[in-house]
Amino acid sequence: MRQQWEVVIGLEIHVQLQTRTKIFSGASTTFGSEPNSQACAIDLGFPGVLPVVNSEVYPKAIAFGLGVGGSINLVSAFDRKNYFYPDLPKGYQITQMDKPIVLGGSVEIPLADGSMKTINITRAHLEEDAGKSMHEDFHDRTGIDLNRAGIPLLEIVSEPDMRSSAEAISYARYIHQLVTYLGVSDGEMSQGSLRCDANVSVRPYGSDVLGTRTETKNVNSFRFLDRAIRYEIARQIEILESGGRIMQETRLYDPDRDETRPMRSKETAMDYRYFPEPDLLPIEIDHAYIENIRRQMPELPREKANRFHTDLHLSLDDARVLAASPALAEYFETVSGQCGDAKLASNWIRVELLGRMHRDDLEISNIPVSSSQLATLLTRIRDNTINGKTAKDLLDALWYGNTTSVDDYIKDNNLMQVSDNSELGTLIDRIFDENPKQVEQYRAGRSRLLGFFVGQVMKETGGKANPALANDLLRKKLG
Amino acid sequence: MNISEKVVKETAELAQLVFSDEDLSVISGSMSEILALVEQMQEVNTSTVIPMSHPLDATQWLRPDEVTESSHREEFQKLAPEARDGVYLVPRVVD
Amino acid sequence: MHNCSIVQQLKDLKTGKYSAVELTSHYLERIKKLAPLNCYITVLENKALEAAKNADEDRAGGRDSALLSGIPIAHKDIFCTRGVRTTAGSLMLDNFTSPYESTVVEKLRSAGAITIGKTNMDEFAMGSSNENSYFGAVRNPWDQSRVPGGSSGGSAAAVAAGLCSAATGTDTGGSIRQPSAHCGITGFKPTYGRISRWGMIAFASSLDQAGPMTRTAEDAALLLGIMAGRDKRDSTSLTDPVPDYSASLNQSLSTLRIGLCEEFFREGLDSRSEKVIMNAVRVFEDMGVRITSVSLPNIKYSVPAYYVLASAEASANLSRYDGVRFGYRCDNPVNLEDLYKRSRSQGFGNEVKRRIMVGTFALSTGYYDAYYRKAQQIRRLISNDFKNAFEQVDILLGPATPQPAFKLGEKTDDQVSMYLQDIYTIGGNLAGLPAMSIPSGFADQLPVGLQLIGDHLDESRLLATAHQFQQQTDWHLRSPELETGE
Repeated sequence: MRQQWEVVIGLEIHVQLQTRTKIFSGASTTFGSEPNSQACAIDLGFPGVLPVVNSEVYPKAIAFGLGVGGSINLVSAFDRKNYFYPDLPKGYQITQMDKPIVLGGSVEIPLADGSMKTINITRAHLEEDAGKSMHEDFHDRTGIDLNRAGIPLLEIVSEPDMRSSAEAISYARYIHQLVTYLGVSDGEMSQGSLRCDANVSVRPYGSDVLGTRTETKNVNSFRFLDRAIRYEIARQIEILESGGRIMQETRLYDPDRDETRPMRSKETAMDYRYFPEPDLLPIEIDHAYIENIRRQMPELPREKANRFHTDLHLSLDDARVLAASPALAEYFETVSGQCGDAKLASNWIRVELLGRMHRDDLEISNIPVSSSQLATLLTRIRDNTINGKTAKDLLDALWYGNTTSVDDYIKDNNLMQVSDNSELGTLIDRIFDENPKQVEQYRAGRSRLLGFFVGQVMKETGGKANPALANDLLRKKLG
Repeated sequence: MNISEKVVKETAELAQLVFSDEDLSVISGSMSEILALVEQMQEVNTSTVIPMSHPLDATQWLRPDEVTESSHREEFQKLAPEARDGVYLVPRVVD
Repeated sequence: MHNCSIVQQLKDLKTGKYSAVELTSHYLERIKKLAPLNCYITVLENKALEAAKNADEDRAGGRDSALLSGIPIAHKDIFCTRGVRTTAGSLMLDNFTSPYESTVVEKLRSAGAITIGKTNMDEFAMGSSNENSYFGAVRNPWDQSRVPGGSSGGSAAAVAAGLCSAATGTDTGGSIRQPSAHCGITGFKPTYGRISRWGMIAFASSLDQAGPMTRTAEDAALLLGIMAGRDKRDSTSLTDPVPDYSASLNQSLSTLRIGLCEEFFREGLDSRSEKVIMNAVRVFEDMGVRITSVSLPNIKYSVPAYYVLASAEASANLSRYDGVRFGYRCDNPVNLEDLYKRSRSQGFGNEVKRRIMVGTFALSTGYYDAYYRKAQQIRRLISNDFKNAFEQVDILLGPATPQPAFKLGEKTDDQVSMYLQDIYTIGGNLAGLPAMSIPSGFADQLPVGLQLIGDHLDESRLLATAHQFQQQTDWHLRSPELETGE
């Protein structure tokens, strides 16, 4: 039944820029200070105060724009977005409406099946954060802490290109990695450094008209984002299937109840009355300014993928997957460099490592196997010390913490591959003696029985026989 | 242009103002008068004119990212109608 | 001594003709005696006397290097003054003691000026008669049944009545020039951005500009030199260096070309005022200045464009007055909405609410293009008109107001007629040009102001022109007769 609905998701991601001071004032941005101790007269919207733009927000926003291949507006400008709320001291938010710093761009995100998908970015603009409302602890009152008011944000708006919560999460993770990697943000999700608004709608498959969407605001973890989107999809399909209509509205995700519900405070249709911020002039930059930022940027995922493909001869698919995350790419490059075989490193990371990470829900940054451990392991395959099967067991041993040294583990457990001609020859002769019937059948033409003999050799050597050598000897002796 | 009391009410809602019924008719009358004056602008063909937000054709200089502000919380909150434990208070809001 | 220019007072203080304490006390006395004029919202008697004492001590000790040492200056109550109540003429800020100092006050104080008090004004600078003050109307010292003009009416009346050496004002649509004209003083609005707006309570950010209100152009040059300059707290403040305005007051004007704005001499201009202005034109002709006529074809749309833009900006600028962090809060709000609506509706006066409503409406969905965007386009056309004019002449000349000061209450029920009081001054704000009003004669015993408008950053030539006019005339030396029992 559900197959007939297509899900359409667009994300607005608010990234806190990593700066010492706020976007329009010289107040500190340090997290976790006493309430309102970092809210200066400008952040508080006192009479007669004026905003002055922090020069550090521009290089950061531009680095992001270059990172997603967007175009950078040489003239950008700030606007006022008007609405009343206690955590918005001035009664308007200073943001960029007409002339955002970044227009367009796209990212390639990895999907669960290993393929890649392009998600287009509409725009990214600079704006100030609001304060925090605290509804608990003050009896019949709401408390307002304005330390966060004025923290610089980059709002990254995607096209409605995602078709499942998994794609949305993959995109959000990618953006998180990118902004962290570029030093645009510290990426501390627990401190609210990255928050998502999810625009979700569903429509019958084949329809090219978008369904009515809801916006679920301010989700600050990938897990909650996944749950909120899934809940919203199920809710909307249920309404539509029972003949109802979706209300265009703003909703909140409640993690305790694992549900979304309409935001009461924003019930009335908002008319934000945007207009150019008269306290700030347009900001003009030139190509040299942009190029200077570009020169200081680390290699971007898409550039990396091309290099892996061209220089290291990986398939384009492998290259993209390994380059998608800067941390993964760095891990791969270390392993590949130390073991001297990019293709081998690529295979092991894509199949063995990513599989285990996925199974155990781990990130590359917190897996138990270091890049140099894996490199040593692969080196022992390359120099024929161990065979592939042993190597997999050894990887598990490292993964579960049963050892820390590849070479010690090989020695202690006597896992060295049997690559000795005469030793294997003697063993094979014994196997032939014990299985005369099979030898006869093989020689009569049942060549599939080679597998049986290889199995016997492996069984007798405890899996340590060099498989290539064993095959060779068996063929020769049976021939 | 005549501004109806309905439009006045909607506008007042956006501006977070409230008018008595008596004041509503006064304000809709004076808004209508002012907007009649403003309507004169429509005589001018401005289809090719770039809007001017600012009297100077200048661009912005920016501020170094250096902390220049220290906490004046106690001094600021003395001015607040209601504050407790360093926090500004308003009647309870439900999100 | 209260009728002397600052330049004269500085000489007198230096020669010991009187002390700063004597000068300050004298003004404080007069302020008390002339309290019915209602020029001040706050008088800083003790602080001013203490500052005067320090100035005298510095002078006695040979440490009187500060440019304005011992000169009592009044600030429009729109400038934040640290530790002093700053109300913007509103109940909303009746209880607001500013925790910081505006750049204008800071600079004048650092130059040795004494802050004698905070002057009355139309609430949030919205008005042309000073009748929109929560603290009551100001009376015109020349005729106390008449308005002093607005919104810097308290400052203009205080200078004219000899209640301070000079005052500061702000000009969003004429709020320095129009009351200066009505009170017979010299009022100067510099190029937009020449003086920092930090700590100056905002009305309409892209139009607001501070300036000096003085007895003479020479005093205006002196004060402007101190007040002007880039401020790292106002990113719209101009980075251009500040010239020595006083030094260039006597520059040669032999090649000066003055243009009469044709549109300013049409219907709507009081014939008595016109006669006074044309007499002033003859003074310039006698000085050898070439007078021609120029046209500003779109200037008639300045009032509508201004009311849209100024109200729109104000509607946002005044959203911060919500009863949460400072200012007026209504009694016993039952919920947030009630808190907002009643605090704002009770805290703001009628004219302020009217402009917030007009501005909110002009920005709302469906009306933005027809009103706000259109007004911005008209603004460019008007700005271009001025550009064209300044290719033909150096300075534009016209009346500052359509007629001399009107009676209190005369126009309070006719908003549009009140708004049209600023018809000659608004263009200068829309285009961000320096402009001033100087006394040029009387019509039925009421002062008439002559307006001079210069090109961007041409303050020096504007001040020199006004100064040299004042060398040929004595209108600026006239003072109203006031009963103080002296």
